[in-house]
Amino acid sequence: MNWKTICELEDIDPNTGVCALVNGQQVAVFRLAEQDQLFAIGNYDPAGKANVLSRGLIAQLNGITSVASPLYKHHFCLSSGICQEDTNLKVPTYEVRVQGSAVEVAA
Amino acid sequence: MSSTSKQRIIVIGNGMVGHQFIESLLASEQADQFSITTFSEEPRPAYDRVHLSEYFANRSADPLAMATEAQYLESGVEILLGDKVVSIDRQQRQVSSANGKTLSYDKLVLATGSYPFVPPIEGNDRKDCFVYRTIEDLEAITASAEAGAKVGTVIGGGLLGLEAAKALTDLGMEAHVVEFAPRLMAVQLDDGGGALLKQKIEDLGVGVHLSKATSAIVDGERCQHRMSFADGESLETDMVVFSAGIRPQDELARSSDLEIGERGGIVINNQCQTSDPDIYAIGECALWNQRIFGLVAPGYQMAKVAVSHIIGGDATFTGADMSTKLKLMGVDVASIGDAQGLTPGARIYNWFDEPDQVYKKIVVSEDKRHLLGAVLVGDAEEYGTLLQYMLNDIALPEYPESLILPNRGDDGQTGLGVGALPETAQICSCHDVSKGDIRAAIDGGCCSVGDVKGETKAGTGCGGCAQLLTSLVNHELEERGVSVNRDLCEHFPYTRQELYHLVRVGRIETFAELIDQHGQGHGCEICKPAVANILASCWNDYVLKRDHIGLQDTNDIYLGNMQKDGTYSIVPRIAGGEITPEKLIVIGEVAKQYGLYTKITGGQRIDLFGAQLHELPDIWRVLVDAGFETGHAYGKSVRTVKSCVGSSWCRFGVDDSVGLAIEIEDRYKGLRAPHKLKFAVSGCTRECAEAQSKDIGVIATENGWNLYVCGNGGMKPRHADLFATDLDHDTLIKTIDRILMFYIRTADRLQRTSVWMENLEGGLDYLRDVILEDSLGLAEDLEAEMALNIENYQCEWATTLDDEQKLKRFSHFINNDETDSNLVFVEERQQRRPASDEERSQLIAKAS
Repeated sequence: MNWKTICELEDIDPNTGVCALVNGQQVAVFRLAEQDQLFAIGNYDPAGKANVLSRGLIAQLNGITSVASPLYKHHFCLSSGICQEDTNLKVPTYEVRVQGSAVEVAA
Repeated sequence: MSSTSKQRIIVIGNGMVGHQFIESLLASEQADQFSITTFSEEPRPAYDRVHLSEYFANRSADPLAMATEAQYLESGVEILLGDKVVSIDRQQRQVSSANGKTLSYDKLVLATGSYPFVPPIEGNDRKDCFVYRTIEDLEAITASAEAGAKVGTVIGGGLLGLEAAKALTDLGMEAHVVEFAPRLMAVQLDDGGGALLKQKIEDLGVGVHLSKATSAIVDGERCQHRMSFADGESLETDMVVFSAGIRPQDELARSSDLEIGERGGIVINNQCQTSDPDIYAIGECALWNQRIFGLVAPGYQMAKVAVSHIIGGDATFTGADMSTKLKLMGVDVASIGDAQGLTPGARIYNWFDEPDQVYKKIVVSEDKRHLLGAVLVGDAEEYGTLLQYMLNDIALPEYPESLILPNRGDDGQTGLGVGALPETAQICSCHDVSKGDIRAAIDGGCCSVGDVKGETKAGTGCGGCAQLLTSLVNHELEERGVSVNRDLCEHFPYTRQELYHLVRVGRIETFAELIDQHGQGHGCEICKPAVANILASCWNDYVLKRDHIGLQDTNDIYLGNMQKDGTYSIVPRIAGGEITPEKLIVIGEVAKQYGLYTKITGGQRIDLFGAQLHELPDIWRVLVDAGFETGHAYGKSVRTVKSCVGSSWCRFGVDDSVGLAIEIEDRYKGLRAPHKLKFAVSGCTRECAEAQSKDIGVIATENGWNLYVCGNGGMKPRHADLFATDLDHDTLIKTIDRILMFYIRTADRLQRTSVWMENLEGGLDYLRDVILEDSLGLAEDLEAEMALNIENYQCEWATTLDDEQKLKRFSHFINNDETDSNLVFVEERQQRRPASDEERSQLIAKAS
């Protein structure tokens, strides 16, 4: 596993996402305050066709923790990358962890 | 349980209808008594051929799939892909396939569908001549377009032909349609509808050639081919797509000596049995009562009838309605029943709205009591209602034309209430779901449209019945005394008003406190922005504070309006529309430096488009230094106060509209509300600022100011109501304070002032009592709340620019200075705009 440091944990406001460039991939990293947990998925919204998922609102829908795309509000599950409105749409998921105060992504 | 005791069913053809047969059989209670095998000539299981053209949007077959191999295997169904049954031994009851398989059956189902008819024209087998039927056909067309075909021509101006022409334009080609008949969609439309459709299609850049018989396809001069027409004219094209109708795929039945119709088609009875009682035929290969049904809904009905007969039921096929509605190249087209008015004695009503390009026609019986058919082009809103009138033979209103004439009155309800439909009324034709089925589902516990869809499948086919379905479900729920759930979302069992009160009364200042005390879970994109908005209305805190930032919707979180490509637009405040030359120059310079597309908005401001995330702070720093403030164009908040020039310059101006507009805008700037708010001030009754279409409108009179409230433009325009007349300046301001705060307190989430007022019990009079007479004793509270808001105003951009930590969020990558590589712009009228999908693929193709 090839871990890469992307930023300090403090750089991600709780309950928001940021976008990181990891090995040429745009990765959206989200920080959930409630469980103090991190998730990483692809940043490209296949429905809206733009690199915007990191800028979406974290939304729990049907109990599933998702990001609502800022463009057309498709919900992508933060764990599986699958779109709730159209299960044919899926974004990649990545491993993410905190080491000390740094956030690391494997891609 | 031994498998030999099971009945062996073989389904030849795994298209939509064959798939439906298997699904229905599996869903029956006797499902475990059958072992099922299905053959598919195509390399993949059933897919949604009705929406085939959507393949071009995704360039992927996956979204169209109706089933996967794995799902079949899971259900115990054997599926043989890419294999074709070549013979049937009816004596031995066996079939043999091209791949050398021999299988026995107890019952055989032919669901072989149809094939596209290619007219016997010389040259029809030349290179780049295609049909439009399978995903493989579409792949071949795409490959040819990518290899450089510039002009494409579709032979056949029916539904599918027009869809094919749309596909060609989507592929970036110049498209033409050649039709033998004198009008498009000759079967479904009449001359008037056909003529309007032709014009609309031509307006989209597609060449339409009617009454043209193609006699030969030969070498072209400018293009690969030249099509020669019988009238001596010709057309050059690089590609030809045949879409001249379908023929039943009955070859296998012929070679097995089953009865075949004179012009093809496997003859079936009302139980969908062929001349061999153990062999059924369903879908487009079947001929019932001398008719072939080329739509999916009748095929589905046949599939269900065949299943019913096999398991001992008594369903029969009695024909099917061929009415259709679709959106062709963005044009609504619908045809119902006897569209041509061929029934003896038929009477016709026509409506042609030339300016708006809408054509509507109904065909009624001689006594004008019953609907026989209809044609709708340009606007097919009445399709559902008209279809119900025809299918259920419902008596027409006294003036049948009211069904298609536009409703200009306030109360003229011409639509057919869902309550009037009989139990047997078919709501969803794709899945044959009746009103009775839907009522039964609701009685069985379904409480929402989603539940009913899941239970009955209604609305999950072509989707044409969605509107009707929703109103029926809501009607039935209300009939049963079920109040429609008004909870904000799954996290808060309260309405917006209730949450507002909880926030106020409990002095709650964060989302975390509110959900902890009054909600559950972690929130979603419905409740988070709604609560952020309430908190901002109540306390007017900085929206990007750590406690609030995760609640902000798309636009609020970066204080800009996200556009379709992920870039933002910037709207600085230009109070009352008044701006100095110096400020104009600053805006111009910024736009030039960052290549922003510049446009004057409808509200007398300047919108700058195409700014990337990382550019926002730099641009705003320049604007703030020049004296601009954020225009809150991204928020559910006060936007703009439009004004005419008033008494300062105008010969007719009665009072200073610009001065008042600026004062009002400054007073309420940054105020967050359930919906965006727009104001206007006119300097005289000539009303150049259009104040009567705004939430708050003010018009100068000889004796003071007239106040208008709760108007809006938007999707459902509403004129504002005159609320009070001849107010002096201070009373006017105080009155607006109270109205706005009362709206913020009591309106629903995303509810406009117009809808809010319409829903207020007592309406305008009640609002006057509360605001002017203080009937609730709230006036002081409301004014105090507004004062707090005004006191706490801040320019969110100025605050953000002062906070280094906040600015970190304004870069595309947190770990890299690069920018989004996905953005592509093209220039149009000397400015840049986002590239369309086609332009993007062309630009990228050129670059690589």
